[in-house]
Order: sequence, then C-alpha cells, then structure tokens
Amino acid sequence: MIYAYIENLNGKYKNSSIEIVSYAKNIADAQGDSVIAITFNAEDSPEILYKYGADNVYNIKNEALKNFDPKVYASLISQLIEGNYIIFSHSDESTSIAPFLVKEKEAVYITNVVSQPLSFSPFKVKRNIFSGKGIAVVETSNPFLIITVALNSTGVKENPVSGREINPLITIPDDSPYKVESIEESDSKIDLKEAKIVVSGGRGMKGPENWGIIEDLAQVLNAAEACTKPVSDMGWRPHSEHVGQTGKNIAPKLYIAIGISGAIQHLAGVNGSKTILVINNDPEAPFFKSADYGVVGDLFEVVPKLTEKLKSFINNKKI
Amino acid sequence: MKILVAISCVPDTTSKINFTQDKKKFDKNGIQYVINPQDEYCLSKAIYLQEKQNAEVTIVIVGDLSVEPVMRKALAIGAQNAIRVNIEPIDSQNVAKEIAEIVKQGDYDIILLGKESLDYNGGMVPGLVAAELDLPFVNGVIGLEIENKTIKVTRELENGVELISLDLPVVLAGQKGLVEENQLKIPNIRGIMAAKNKSLNVVEAKFSDLKLKIDEYEKPKSRSHVVLVDKENLDDLIQLLHEQAKVI
Ligand SMILES: Cc1cc2nc3c(=O)[nH]c(=O)nc-3n(C[C@H](O)[C@H](O)[C@H](O)COP(=O)(O)OP(=O)(O)OC[C@H]3O[C@@H](n4cnc5c(N)ncnc54)[C@H](O)[C@@H]3O)c2cc1C
Ligand SMILES: Nc1ncnc2c1ncn2[C@@H]1O[C@H](COP(=O)(O)O)[C@@H](O)[C@H]1O
Repeated sequence: MIYAYIENLNGKYKNSSIEIVSYAKNIADAQGDSVIAITFNAEDSPEILYKYGADNVYNIKNEALKNFDPKVYASLISQLIEGNYIIFSHSDESTSIAPFLVKEKEAVYITNVVSQPLSFSPFKVKRNIFSGKGIAVVETSNPFLIITVALNSTGVKENPVSGREINPLITIPDDSPYKVESIEESDSKIDLKEAKIVVSGGRGMKGPENWGIIEDLAQVLNAAEACTKPVSDMGWRPHSEHVGQTGKNIAPKLYIAIGISGAIQHLAGVNGSKTILVINNDPEAPFFKSADYGVVGDLFEVVPKLTEKLKSFINNKKI
Repeated sequence: MKILVAISCVPDTTSKINFTQDKKKFDKNGIQYVINPQDEYCLSKAIYLQEKQNAEVTIVIVGDLSVEPVMRKALAIGAQNAIRVNIEPIDSQNVAKEIAEIVKQGDYDIILLGKESLDYNGGMVPGLVAAELDLPFVNGVIGLEIENKTIKVTRELENGVELISLDLPVVLAGQKGLVEENQLKIPNIRGIMAAKNKSLNVVEAKFSDLKLKIDEYEKPKSRSHVVLVDKENLDDLIQLLHEQAKVI
C-alpha cells in the first residue's frame, strides 16, 4: 500500500495534497500497488481523491482532532498503515507529523522531494537543496520510506479509479497537552503557498500606501500577494507575506515581481515558479536575468495599465 | 530554566553554489559559514529570555572542528554554554539523535531549533528531535512567552496564527518573526571578550550508520532568456502569458 496524507484547509483538500495523491498513484502503478488516502476532518467529497487515483479513503472525523497535535495525528496514521511508503506534502503540518512516524517505523525520512522516484531498488529520488540553488539525488535501501514532496514540483494528474471510503476502527488518544487559546485568521483570501498566481511587491513600491496597486492586480488575477524581506521588515506588509530564503518558499504557475531588484536571497524563495514576470524601471535590475518576461518601466504607470487590460481580457475570456 | 538552541552552520546567503566536477561533493571553496538565519532568530529570542526571565542558554552544533568560529559567535551573542558533537552532519536523522542525546543529559525545558536549514532545506531535525524525546512539538513558531511551567506559543498557519499553551518541556521550530528584525542580537565587544573565556565543550558522536546517502548533486535548469515587452505593448504581454506561457 502507498499512503497519502491529505491536508485540508477549512475542510477543503489542499491543492498540494491532490499533488500528493498523484505522486502516490504514480508509485502505486509502478509497484502494482494501490493508494490509500488518509484525511482528518475534511469536508470535501472523497470523490475528488478517487479522481486522482486514491483507491481507498480513510476520512476520520472527530471533534477531538480539531486541535492539531502532531503526536495524536501520527498515532492515528500509525494505526491505519501497513505498507512501506507514506507520502506527505512538504508543509509545516506534515513535517510536524511525519517525524513521529519515522521514529516509530524506523523509516528513512526524505523531505523536500522534487521528482518522482528515479528507481525503486535502491530507491532514488531528487530533493531540493540550497534553497533551489541545487538538487541532490539521494539513495536508500531501507524498506520503509516516509517522503515529503515539495509544493508544485511534480504536478497533479487525473487518474480516475472507482474508490471506496472506509471507516476504520481506531482509538483516538484524548490526553493531548495542546491547549489552543485562540486562532486569528488573516484577511487574505488566498493562501500564498497554494496560490496559482502570486503578485509580489518590493521596495520599489515606495510605501504601504501604494499597495492598492498590488491588490488590484492580485484581485483581477485571483492571485495571492507577497513581498520582499525589507518590505515586511519595515512593517509595510505582514511577515507572513515575505517570500525568499528567510521567508516562504513558493512555486506558483506565475510570479509577478513588481519593484523588486531580484537579490539572490529573494530569488531563492521564488525560483521554483513556472513563469516569472518582472516589472522594474531599472533595465539593469538583476531580476531580469532570472525572469521569463519583463517590462522595463515605472510600476506606477505600467501596473495599473496592465491591471485594466487584464480585467478586460479576463472578462472577454469568460464570455 | 534551561534553553537549548540547536544551530546549524550554513553557507552565507549570498554564496554561489557549486559542486565538484564529478558531482559528488559540494564545493566549499570560498564559502563563508554563518549561523543559519532561522537559528539566529531562535538564539536572539533565547537570549532575551535569559536576560529577562533568568533562563540559561546553551547552544549545540553537530559538526566538525570547522564550526568553532560560529560557536564563538553564538557565545559572543550571549549564550552561556556551547556544545559541539564531533561529527560531520551528513545525515539529518543522526543529527537529530545526537541532539536528543544532549537534551537527555542536560534536562532542558525548551529545545529551540530553526524551522529549516538553508543548506539542506530538510525541515527534518526539529520534528525528529521531538519524536526521539517523545515531547510535544510546535512548528513554524513566531512567538513565545513563558509563565512558570507553561509556555504560550504562537505558530503561523496558512490562514492566520494560532496561540497554543503547553507544559514544559517542549521542542519548538522557530522562524523569522520570533524576534523583530531590528531586535536580532549581534555580538558586542563585551560579548566577544566574554566569549573568549567560555569553553567549547566537545562530545563524541554516537550515531554514524547511514541509511540515506547522496548519490550526486545537480544544478537546477536555468531559465531561458528573458523576453522583454515594451511598456506600450502590454497587450502583447497578455497574449504571451496566455498563449505561450499558458499561465492566465
Ligand atoms: C541573511 C539575509 C537573508 C535575506 N533573506 C531575504 C528573503 O528571504 N527575501 C527577500 O526578499 N530578501 C531577503 N534578503 C534581502 C535581500 O538581500 C534584498 O535586500 C531584498 O530582497 C531587496 O528587496 P527589494 O527588491 O524589495 O528592494 P531593492 O533591492 O531596494 O529593490 C527595489 C527595486 O525596485 C525598483 N524600482 C524602484 N522604483 C521603481 C518604480 N517606480 N518602478 C519600477 N521599479 C522601481 C528598483 O529599480 C529596484 O530594482 C535577505 C538578506 C540577508 C542578508
Ligand atoms: N548539524 C546541526 N547541528 C545542530 N543543529 C542542527 C544541525 N542541523 C540542523 N540543525 C537544527 O535543525 C534545524 C532544521 O534543520 P534541517 O532539518 O536541516 O532543515 C536547524 O535550523 C537547526 O536548528
């Protein structure tokens, strides 16, 4: 069995978890095996997971799991599995749960994986190192493997199967030491790590009062917003939007960098993006060397114009 | 209260990353090693707790002799004690076991690690340390406060932040935000002088069997040349994004 741990946000499966199902399905096909997806308190229909190749879905729903306790989650997964591969997303949640399973199963733990397995005996796979400035091919002969797959690195693929939902008998430990005191939700609607398009602003924006320019473009594209480190350090934007080597690592389909010079530490967090568009008034800005598309010009003039044009383009497309 | 901060030494963030011709090794030529940035936030936070709440801060590095300058820097920033586990840190699972051994011997209340090291980007060691010790673990920590034997931890969620309270001891993976940028501790003259008189404790490694090895290194594919679009022709840009890149 190949196990896929499915994360959800407000009950909906994350895109990154759909990617995990595709990943597991690919291994299962290569091994003549099947995929079991495990998910806690999700509200989405398991049909979605069948579509991407999950043969069985354990959808465990329990009030006691509302507070996230990695040890409790790990103990449940451990009660459910009898196979040699567990696939997770490379996320805070998964890298909190997985280590407890690694310890219990004496597994080899491979994180930040960016390729499908290159071979199975020995098991070989590529992983990200040096913030995307390098890749390592790693190898192990250990029979039990726990893997976390980097976001948007291997892609999703439809692979419909006639899946089945299973309600297993498990015991839920109810002595969690974690007491959640409060949760504060941010007002941004789109999760930065999950977003397909990200609009990002740097010091070229001149000040927080100009952020409407970024917001308008992001809204038209249904994109998440991001920023550079100095922008968050100066308090123009929250830390949670900071991308780069010391901030979030993202890999959207389209990254739009506005008024960002393209320092090496910034690039490290975004160079996994499929396509990069840079808008900067300095033709010598280093970012142009790492971009797919570029516009040399004053952002205060170019971006609002681009936003208007995109708005009509997208409206026309819908019709 | 005793706090252990685990520090990994990583190439300076501006480093050009190269591998040897045979692709078997990382080319250390000309590389400057620094405290992993996430660990710097953790260390600074720990030093504030030392100053204000009577904590005692110890740092631990798993590494060979070459990490000693970084240990001195951590002492100069204000750590009381420094421990080095003498082995090249090539396997994160072993690194975690070594750190767990140090914890077992030292009776620490808070074990603070960076969320991710900038070199191997594993995000592995903190959780593995917690699992080895069977202690509660919180990832992505951006705030912590201590009241007697409980700790209040703020962690980042995808869509906000969560405040959790826990009894000590705990293992935490910290990140940027734990202290503000302008509150990062840097060594001052007094700290540097004091560090000279502190000893670097060296303990021998216990775990060396390798279950995962690096077969070879590669450089990522570089992007093809940038296509520049005139700012008067933004319609062309939209067409390119739509038809060529297929991203809108
Ligand atoms: C240890 C360490 C870690 C770091 N980690 C990160 C990280 O994770 N993420 C990160 O982003 N940075 C990081 N940095 C900082 C990084 O080195 C750069 O300083 C930073 O990325 C620069 O941000 P910026 O592009 O917003 O600002 P600047 O470098 O000041 O660039 C502003 C750009 O805006 C352009 N501009 C100005 N006005 C206009 C206009 N009217 N129209 C169009 N363009 C305009 C300018 O030409 C310039 O290219 C780190 C640094 C260190 C030392
Ligand atoms: N060799 C090491 N010595 C001490 N601490 C380490 C070492 N490697 C990793 N760590 C700690 O574990 C964190 C995460 O590292 P990693 O799992 O490699 O991404 C780092 O930020 C450090 O706090």
